[in-house]
Amino acid sequence: MPKKKSISYAKWGYIFIAPFFLVYIIFTLYPQILTVYNSFFEYYRDGLTIVGPNFVGLKNYQTLFQANNAGYVPIIKFLGNTLWLWIIGAVPQFTVAMLLALFFTSTRLNIKGQQFFKTVIYMPNLIMASAFSMLFFALFSQVGPINQLLVANGWASQPINFLGMRVTVQTLIGIMNFLMWFGNTTILLMAGIQSIDEALFESARLDGSTSTQVFFHITMPLLMPIFIYVFITSMIGGIQMFDVPQVLTNGYGIPDNTSTTLIMYLNNFLGISKNYGMAGAVSVLLFVITAVLSSIVFKTINKK
Amino acid sequence: MQKDLNKSAEIKLWISRIVVYAILIFLAFLCLFFFYLMIINSSRSNAQLKEGFTVIPGGHFLDNFYNAWHDGDINIPVGMKNSFIVAAASAVLTTYFSAMTAYGVYVYNFRLKHFVHIFILAIMMIPSQVSAVGFIQLAFQYNLTNKLWVLFVPSIAAPVVYFYMYQYLQATLPLEMVEAARIDGSSEFRIFNRIVLPIMKPAIAVQMIFSFVGSWNNYFMPSLLLNAADKKTVPIMIAQLRSADYSKFDMGKVYMLMLMAILPVMIIYIILSKSIIKGVTSGSVKG
Repeated sequence: MPKKKSISYAKWGYIFIAPFFLVYIIFTLYPQILTVYNSFFEYYRDGLTIVGPNFVGLKNYQTLFQANNAGYVPIIKFLGNTLWLWIIGAVPQFTVAMLLALFFTSTRLNIKGQQFFKTVIYMPNLIMASAFSMLFFALFSQVGPINQLLVANGWASQPINFLGMRVTVQTLIGIMNFLMWFGNTTILLMAGIQSIDEALFESARLDGSTSTQVFFHITMPLLMPIFIYVFITSMIGGIQMFDVPQVLTNGYGIPDNTSTTLIMYLNNFLGISKNYGMAGAVSVLLFVITAVLSSIVFKTINKK
Repeated sequence: MQKDLNKSAEIKLWISRIVVYAILIFLAFLCLFFFYLMIINSSRSNAQLKEGFTVIPGGHFLDNFYNAWHDGDINIPVGMKNSFIVAAASAVLTTYFSAMTAYGVYVYNFRLKHFVHIFILAIMMIPSQVSAVGFIQLAFQYNLTNKLWVLFVPSIAAPVVYFYMYQYLQATLPLEMVEAARIDGSSEFRIFNRIVLPIMKPAIAVQMIFSFVGSWNNYFMPSLLLNAADKKTVPIMIAQLRSADYSKFDMGKVYMLMLMAILPVMIIYIILSKSIIKGVTSGSVKG
């Protein structure tokens, strides 16, 4: 045992992590605690007067879930909207991404120009979502180019009110989410497939397995942890969907709140009414949902 | 017989190749088409836009640019300046301090080391909106609305960036190197700033880009905190276009404003697309 006494550097550890935790506590943790605290209070602005804060226990949560309580729409509707809007984007997103990932990694197909295709399909992910949504609004509005095209060619007798009908509004949101995310998902799934040992594919091919057999018996089972990770993270992202439907419907979730997402609902409480009580309750619900989904992610990562 | 089999397999392969390329070209077209329309429409005058649909440029690009730049309601130069300040400051702060935190946890042995690491991983998934209610309340209480620093200072504590930096350090920084620098008499901060940061340059660059883009595009929090005309960021102005009485608008100008909103990010992407695409996978999925 050498006699040299080592200097303790422990204090430097604390010094180096101090800024992070200082900022975290002030700007994230404390506001989070305040959010939860608010959810138990009646606290909002009514015109120029501020009502509360009065302790009301779980009343905000009750209001959140109860039907037609004081003009409130039960939150299940917004939860359902958010989930549905995520699904109609995510189903094509994962189908197409899975196919593209298989195409790109196939040594048999040997696709050329991969860098170009990846660059192009990933691009919409970096575009400002609010601008993308505004672009769709301009293109699909009553006087927009899409309607001009439809009418000029006689495909529609009069402009279609894309932004006034539930099916078309939801479809547009789905298309935008699909376009923004399928490239990202492709790249992630590709990396997952590439991490599978090439020798496994090789020996399967030598055994005479068809590509369908290889997919279901080798690729998919081995890709599963990564697939679940990408899928659940996408879902967590979907729960937070805001910019696209907010800008497309001007915040109203037209028609008749069928495209109002959870965060749009939260946003309404933080606007003029400053209803910190109800907003707090919505946030806690959001937190619980993400916590459940995140624990699934952690479980799949740890299983690996 | 064998030859025929080979031939039919080859034909099959070529057919599937054609189908695959057709799908890829269609998807690439889909991704580019909307932006192509945006660019085309931003070069057409309002009158031309009313005439009908076309894919040919209209020759009014500079007029529209002038009108958009000098618009009375939407002050896009100021918006771009504000967005740039917030995005650039976020990018610098988040990468520097995340690297510093990751280094602190990775290199030093202290009692809370493992707790800190697990804690940061655990809070990584909490959506930023969960703190929004308290944040807004505090901002209004302490008169911190319409202050740009309120938007970028919180980026010092970014769990996702921390995680990325930590993984990068694990892969690239031998602890002997830190030891050697200590023997040379360098102070702890000097070691971090002069030796470790240069090693981390690639990781910092990737995270700077993602942070800049994320912040440039961010709409939710800024829209709740900024309402003074000279403090608004670009996404707020874009959303404002939507809420204004749209039918009275010069549409050429509207398309131009959208183009301006996305152009900085597009330029970054065109230059750095290779490293950005690499960065997508390296942080999230550990292969």
